[in-house]
Amino acid sequence: MSVVEPPSRWAALELRELWRFRELLLSLASRDFKLRYRQTALGVSWVVLQPLMAAGIFGLLFGRIAKLPSDGVPYFLTAFAGMLGWNAFSTTLTKSSSCLVGNAHLVSKVYFPRIVLPISTVFAGLIDFAVSLPVFGILLVLYHYPPTLQMLLVPLWLLMVLALAQAIGLFTSALTVQYRDVQYIMPVLVQFLLIASPAGYSVSAITDPRLRTFYFLNPLAGLLSGFRWSLLGKGDVYWGYVAYAAVVTVVLLVAGAFAFRRMEQRFADVI
Amino acid sequence: MSSKHPAISVQNVVKTYVVGHKAARHTTLGEALTARLRNPFGRAQTDTFQALKGVSFDIAEGEVVGIIGRNGAGKSTLLKILSRITLPTSGRMELFGRVGSLLEVGTGFHPELTGRENIFLNGAILGMPRRDIERRFDEIVAFADVETFLDTPVKRYSSGMYVRLAFAVAAHLNPEILVVDEVLAVGDGEFQKKCLGKMKDVASSGRTVLFVSHNIAAVSNLCTSAIVMEGGQLIFQGPTQQGIERYLNTNLNALEGDRDVKDFRPAWCKPYITGARILGPAKREQYTLPMGSEITLEMTFRAPAGKTLRRPVMGVVINHATLGTVGGVNTRMTGFESDEPCAAGVMSCTLKRMPLLQGSYSVELWLGDGHEDLDCLMGYLTFQIEPTDIYGSGQTPFARLGAIYLEPKWHLAADPEVAADSAAAAESRAADPLAALSSEN
Repeated sequence: MSVVEPPSRWAALELRELWRFRELLLSLASRDFKLRYRQTALGVSWVVLQPLMAAGIFGLLFGRIAKLPSDGVPYFLTAFAGMLGWNAFSTTLTKSSSCLVGNAHLVSKVYFPRIVLPISTVFAGLIDFAVSLPVFGILLVLYHYPPTLQMLLVPLWLLMVLALAQAIGLFTSALTVQYRDVQYIMPVLVQFLLIASPAGYSVSAITDPRLRTFYFLNPLAGLLSGFRWSLLGKGDVYWGYVAYAAVVTVVLLVAGAFAFRRMEQRFADVI
Repeated sequence: MSSKHPAISVQNVVKTYVVGHKAARHTTLGEALTARLRNPFGRAQTDTFQALKGVSFDIAEGEVVGIIGRNGAGKSTLLKILSRITLPTSGRMELFGRVGSLLEVGTGFHPELTGRENIFLNGAILGMPRRDIERRFDEIVAFADVETFLDTPVKRYSSGMYVRLAFAVAAHLNPEILVVDEVLAVGDGEFQKKCLGKMKDVASSGRTVLFVSHNIAAVSNLCTSAIVMEGGQLIFQGPTQQGIERYLNTNLNALEGDRDVKDFRPAWCKPYITGARILGPAKREQYTLPMGSEITLEMTFRAPAGKTLRRPVMGVVINHATLGTVGGVNTRMTGFESDEPCAAGVMSCTLKRMPLLQGSYSVELWLGDGHEDLDCLMGYLTFQIEPTDIYGSGQTPFARLGAIYLEPKWHLAADPEVAADSAAAAESRAADPLAALSSEN
């Protein structure tokens, strides 16, 4: 028996209900994947072309013109390694923020745990990563760059980056339902995060120690530098900041899930 | 419903919506913040609208319940709460079993995806396990009759195909409690019949079904009991026929003026028909007619910007309130062809003498362009036929003898040999003029 009652301040997470809808999760993810590059001439290759182009621009801008340090790694490789982690994060965050509004017709016509929608966007970030990783391998071969043992830690970094994106996405997606302003804030926020995180450049470019402490308040900074360290075996990994990022992620994730469940109860009336 | 298990128990459910421009629902952060600053302690003033005003009922397992009521009576809100899309403002509801709901045909269909992909996606959205969809895939495809287009994106489907496929997926849903909103009014007549048949299967399989429809005939056909809603309240729960009578009575008293064509248009339709009315023999608007009267069903249409109708086709179906379809006709089957493309106009159908018995009737109006159906209005036009002394015999035909009256030519040939035996007795009782009766109504 299930009981339906008026909205309450604290709604249980109902993970079992979520499990029952796991097939929907996969269906939505595969729908989004199929639709993403339909009617594009280059198709899925955009997943690879985007980070390649971004890494090229960063290589030119930061490597050639600004001559930022890259721990002795070819700058293009540094930038591309940064873009791998960054793209997984930003794809998930951007897609999850708009997922409820983008599926408004579902939210107002069918029942399912709404949290399925933001969660399904994680797959987009995951797929982007999975497609780009072989390209990174090819780049390593082209640059005669030996693979490292730290690479085994890549899944860990990926998991943390996606979890952080998801945590923020839970808040932003639910807020967007009521306040469409969030839609306009998001691109700015994402752009800011790109600049404020070691995606296009390495942390060693920030030399002022006080600035560095401030810089690492951004949990993504610790995660992306770890990501690059893992992929290239160069640069430093700041375990303290990684631990801090992990704590922030878990707190945001739990808080986000409860906040989402609470706001979820009114989605259909507001959307 | 007493001895059986309940499937649904609704207890004093209220649903309030916030409406109006001075509402507290701020849709931008700025508004929300300034409102908070101006009024930091109290709750902001709100205009509210009560869509449900305390509704309670129980539905037993295996019942097939028709929910009827006029537009705005709260049916849709009730369905949304029953299907757990939205929560009640107060009250409580218990559901004993998994609920599958079908509030719209083709929810979640994506135009860019192929028919095959959409079957799986739509099934997942409606809560069907993937292996169930796989198992019933062929059945679904056959039901929808789209085998050859399975790998075509549904944006290239005709509206009829689209609706057929969407209904087919939904029809193979298998929940313990099924909630259905006005989805039978889709597709052509043939397909509607198929849908009704499918609904009948579902209804007779022992599942609990809640069914909202304007199609009173379908409700009377399918449902074991009825709930009548009016003004956000439940005004009747009980046997279907009584419920329908109750509904028709409230409907007659209602103002005709506040109706909007779009409330009578199935989801697949494109908005072509802008209005419709019924004219009596004097070519004036008339909704209560004597039996055998001339009637004109008239619709005005206007194609959306940039479109024209290459060959306007009008179809008319007349339904009796409880008995179902009485008859239907369209311009093509009667050989009326207009080859003049047009974008807007008035099209009418005059029926010289309608052999309808007294009762309530509703009209389906269809508009097509010679290729496909574009628009239709279900039950927007309704009319009453009054009891009339159609035979000139000083009495009116009995009610409840079907939907049409018959025009008989009686004949009696008395058997003279049998008559001879009792002739003496008959003579003694004075001559009776009924020896050979022949009457022409």
